Amino acid sequence: MTATDKAREIEERTAFFDRVKGIRVASWATGLLLAAAAVVAAVLQPNLLTPYGVSSTFATFLPLVLVAVAQSFVVIGGGLDLSAGAIVALSSVVAVQAMRGEEGTALIGFLAAVGTGFACGAVNGLIVSRLRLQPLIATFATASVFSGLALFVLPTPGGTVPAAMTETFRQAIAGVPVSLLLVVAVAIGWLALRKLRVFRYIRASGGNPAAAYASLVPVAGARFASYAICGAVCGLAAVAVLGNSGSGDPFIGGDLALNSIAAVVIGGIALRGGIGSPIGAIAGAITLSLASTILFSVGLPTSWRALATGLVVILALSLSALGAPRRQR
Amino acid sequence: MNNLRRVVRDPLVIAALIAIALVVAGGIVSPGFASPDQIVNMLRVASFLGLIAIGQTLVVLSGGEGIDLSVGTVATLGAILASRTMAGDNAMLIPGVLLALVVAAAIGVTNGLGIVFLKIPPFVMTLGMLGVVSGLILVVTGGVADGRAAPALVHLVNGRLFFGIPGILIVWAALAVLVTLLLRRTTFGRQLYATGAGREAARLSGVPVNRVLITTYTLSSVFAALGGIAMVGYSQQVFLNLANDLTLPSIAAVIIGGTLVAGGVGGYLGSAIGAIVLTVLTSLLTTLSMPEWARIVVQGAVLIALLAVYGRQRRLRS
Repeated sequence: MTATDKAREIEERTAFFDRVKGIRVASWATGLLLAAAAVVAAVLQPNLLTPYGVSSTFATFLPLVLVAVAQSFVVIGGGLDLSAGAIVALSSVVAVQAMRGEEGTALIGFLAAVGTGFACGAVNGLIVSRLRLQPLIATFATASVFSGLALFVLPTPGGTVPAAMTETFRQAIAGVPVSLLLVVAVAIGWLALRKLRVFRYIRASGGNPAAAYASLVPVAGARFASYAICGAVCGLAAVAVLGNSGSGDPFIGGDLALNSIAAVVIGGIALRGGIGSPIGAIAGAITLSLASTILFSVGLPTSWRALATGLVVILALSLSALGAPRRQR
Repeated sequence: MNNLRRVVRDPLVIAALIAIALVVAGGIVSPGFASPDQIVNMLRVASFLGLIAIGQTLVVLSGGEGIDLSVGTVATLGAILASRTMAGDNAMLIPGVLLALVVAAAIGVTNGLGIVFLKIPPFVMTLGMLGVVSGLILVVTGGVADGRAAPALVHLVNGRLFFGIPGILIVWAALAVLVTLLLRRTTFGRQLYATGAGREAARLSGVPVNRVLITTYTLSSVFAALGGIAMVGYSQQVFLNLANDLTLPSIAAVIIGGTLVAGGVGGYLGSAIGAIVLTVLTSLLTTLSMPEWARIVVQGAVLIALLAVYGRQRRLRS
């Protein structure tokens, strides 16, 4: 081996290492966690890999995946939405009441859910961007408003959903379950839309609002947009919930806000804003859902499951803190 | 004149005026609402929220987006542990209360450690803790809440100890004085304000910021459990979600009281008045026989309205 060869090899190696270093710790951790969770879940529950298993698993994952994607827009934009779960609950009961269980109304229900979600998100966006209230407490308060309204729209769980909506989730196109296709579609949808100016504005406003403002980014508009988009995607999640359960429930959103934040964090999205991608949120949501599948399949007594799930969420949150660069202030 | 304007603009005065206005409005709408008996009863109910708001005040004062979203469930857990230990027996009152407070302190320390050393944002840490504690409640109870408050505790809360004043109100007043002294007259209080006003400046000035934060979150959980125990003295029986709904009002009470969401400015007296305002508002809505959903909506809307008055953030263009 000549000296030049050796030099080139070293050069290539450093280039390789540079490239590896360029991938952030968080995305490494996200990928590893997802792979580990998938392997453990598949070993513990072999029928997870059957077509039926994949179909039903992804059908139950889909709402959280969608809410995590919704949450990721707000978090990347430097905000936070604690009302995401309440928006899902309100959108789903509005859709149930709009459809009244009649056939052929699935489209109306879909539009009602997304419209309601968008309206809720717009309210959040106006409060945070125009009134300039602290997002955390403001969305905590709107969560109370939305879940109160959900109770008004549908006081007790019930109502039926047209078969068209529930059956779509159980079908398969060319052997691939629709629920899995929908998750993939969300990811592709993001990849197709990510170059839009609004997403660049959202990211810039989240990374450094003052600098973004100085660079003529409409920060308030971007904030508003991030909440409105979040609300609309939560409306989609409400459709997924309805397709899954087949009836309305005003209390459905309980854990969704916390779990979506955990999913976003596992997905390598920095809570201080500006860093990360909705794809990470999808991976985080699937990891989190797989973790609870694992907890179910190891035969934990029912009363311990909530505790175990809570501990997994806290563990995931603290793991991410190790990977993320420290807040500099 | 200038002095008068300053007094009128003081959040404390505004909150107190709102409380009085609500009582008067209630008295007009439904006779008996403003009777002394009814007012004492409303104060009694306000005391549970007031006790929980002590901890929330400290946490919000500590700054750094400080907030404790786990207080409601911690209060419930405290109530469950205490009432299961007491089981309606006065002899077990003290052990029951101690057990609840120790467990709550452990939860608070965990919150503090996660926030300080793992650098998890407070709302994420305490929201995660909310999940863990509700799981813990299911494990402890197996899904069935049993246990009864000791008669002495019931007497303290429901009875009238001195001149018709319930004991719990005296406990609350004493704690309010103690907390105010703690904040204004002790080293810890000064360090807490310094930490809330500017964490880095406080650290550079030799304030043990980490220790202050961990103590603050521990106190928050302890006061939450205390509020839960008082509540079980009132209801006598414990429920699996006894105090879960008090988290949002506890934050609202702090904000009504004029404590800055950004930290470093405020005090407990305002939060206590805030707790009274919210309780009077709730009982007014109940008197007007508003359905549950409307009460939930109004609670959220009131908090947003208050934030819009007190808690607006700076513009980017300064």
